[in-house]
Amino acid sequence: MLYREAGQFKASYAEDAQIFPIRQDRIGFWLLMLVFGVAVPFLASEYWLKAILIPVLIFSLAALGLNILTGYAGQLSLGSAAFMAVGAFAAYNFILRIEGMPFLVALVLAGLTAAAVGILFGLPSLRIKGFYLAVATLAAQFFIVWALVKFPWFSNNSSSGVVTAQDVTILGYTFATPEAKYVLTFLIVAFMALLAKNMVRSSTGRAWMAVRDMDVAAQVIGFRLMRTKLLAFAVSSFYCGVAGALYAYTYIGTVEPEGFNLDLSFKILFMIIIGGVGSIMGSFLGAAFIVLLPIFLDNFVPMIFGDSLGAGFVSNFQLIIFGGLIIFFLIVEPHGLARLWQIAKEKLRLWPFPH
Amino acid sequence: MARKIGGVIVDLQNISLRFGGVKALTDISFDVKEHEIRSIIGPNGAGKSSMLNVINGVYHPQEGQIFFKGALRKKLEPHEAAEQGIARTFQNIALFKGMTVLDNIMTGRNLKMKCNFLQHALYWGAAQKEEIAHRIKVEEVIEFLEIQSIRKTPVGRLPYGLQKRVELARALAAEPHILLLDEPMAGMNVEEKQDMCRFILDVNDHYGTTIVLIEHDMGVVMDISDRVVVLDYGKKIGDGEPEEVKNNPEVIKAYLGTSH
Ligand SMILES: Nc1ncnc2c1ncn2[C@@H]1O[C@H](COP(=O)(O)OP(=O)(O)OP(=O)(O)O)[C@@H](O)[C@H]1O
Ligand SMILES: [Mg+2]
Repeated sequence: MLYREAGQFKASYAEDAQIFPIRQDRIGFWLLMLVFGVAVPFLASEYWLKAILIPVLIFSLAALGLNILTGYAGQLSLGSAAFMAVGAFAAYNFILRIEGMPFLVALVLAGLTAAAVGILFGLPSLRIKGFYLAVATLAAQFFIVWALVKFPWFSNNSSSGVVTAQDVTILGYTFATPEAKYVLTFLIVAFMALLAKNMVRSSTGRAWMAVRDMDVAAQVIGFRLMRTKLLAFAVSSFYCGVAGALYAYTYIGTVEPEGFNLDLSFKILFMIIIGGVGSIMGSFLGAAFIVLLPIFLDNFVPMIFGDSLGAGFVSNFQLIIFGGLIIFFLIVEPHGLARLWQIAKEKLRLWPFPH
Repeated sequence: MARKIGGVIVDLQNISLRFGGVKALTDISFDVKEHEIRSIIGPNGAGKSSMLNVINGVYHPQEGQIFFKGALRKKLEPHEAAEQGIARTFQNIALFKGMTVLDNIMTGRNLKMKCNFLQHALYWGAAQKEEIAHRIKVEEVIEFLEIQSIRKTPVGRLPYGLQKRVELARALAAEPHILLLDEPMAGMNVEEKQDMCRFILDVNDHYGTTIVLIEHDMGVVMDISDRVVVLDYGKKIGDGEPEEVKNNPEVIKAYLGTSH
């Protein structure tokens, strides 16, 4: 079938406002959901599930959180990993300390805890912007990790703050196998991505983008700067918090505060830069790209250059490629892979006619 | 003209505004009546834009009082001015560059939208209904300003003249009582200016919107204004109907004295 919208007339504004107004996109989307939601758990190996698919989903969620704040609301943050840590440790403590706490409720509470912390560290954004705000979020990054290590209560007095996630049990069923954990992660991430898409396509998202693009004009037409920015911090941190909890419960299993360090925050930032700033889909593309690239290089660099180069070279090579890509996207295509995909679709729509 | 000019809606008394040592406005008083087209003219740097910024709360004057609909107005923020029905456009286009024309205009309706972010997240039901109801209103504005063909275009890709029109659309979408227009025709060719004049007159005529207009093109100002106030170096040097102002010796001097 050709990728065309010819003959697809929108009879109502509701149809026009769909997430995928073009039928081929809708079909493609549902196929994708079927593949990743139904086929993958049956077909994928344990390695793929545990080492690739689950982390891609979780990082996509974190990247989505950062994208809401940075991509949509225009507030640069270097503290995403710290908010993930808040989520992970909050979930751990809610389940540990409250008898019979259901996992999904703990997940929501973890998100809400992260949101509250996010609002707190978002307060400086009312006064400062850009570079200076980034530095303020950097303070959040260091402070939160420091506090989690400093106060053993958070990790139930374990040495150096290491905690082991409890079993994930929903309605009596324990999600123990990689397949089960993958499906659970998939459903949560897909649902939250849908919520995010809905927010950004309605008035909430327009408020964020208005504040991002021109804050004086946003105020003049009636948006409240404080409310809009803090909501972005809250929602963004909620997403990062849930991602952090999933990171602990369906991915790694054992986490420590130091695991949520600045490196991870930067990694998430790179995901949205490469995937697409201000794009839900870009968050997924960026996360997939950054998780897959090292695996790809690990396998292919030795294949091409032989084993003689050694592991040190491969990891340096990775850094060089990362750096190069970041610079490429920042300069050439600030809207990342998502934009490249969009351009490809526009071309396809006109194909085979050049104009 | 059919429309009837009403009573005073904005009354500015002895407004003075300074930025450090720069006196942007000095002891300025004038009023705006309901349904009228009130122009502010004056040479560059006279304080015209500052005046609009005072009216909608972007700047807060050090001295003076503002009466709005008869009541003394306390210091207010721009979003509060918006809530009171004041909309505006900017001298340097202030559209939301990363958004489409449609989304830009939709932002103009934000104060009339009541759903919260949780309802937006679920979308289904109230939020969708609201979105569509406002989309219908926005489409009316789009049709009125004849910009149907560009509704899905990102505003950054539009030529200057159309951007100005979209900015007007965004302001109109709010269904304002008072519309502040800061040089809406600057940089336009004759044809675009004519269109813009027609839109301004239509808005004023159909909806009875009170308009405060800053414009450098004297022909336009004299044609469409009910009353004109003239500023020079932050001081008021003339005020009255176009004919009066045109023959005011001080105004003539100010204009001949500068490179216009
Ligand atoms: N935010 C600000 N900070 C400092 N000075 C300002 C600010 N806004 C305006 N001014 C100064 O106030 C004076 C009046 O400026 P304003 O922009 O109101 O003039 P204007 O009449 O709109 O001029 P133009 O025709 O060039 O638009 C100028 O001297 C300007 O430099
Ligand atoms: Mg000006």
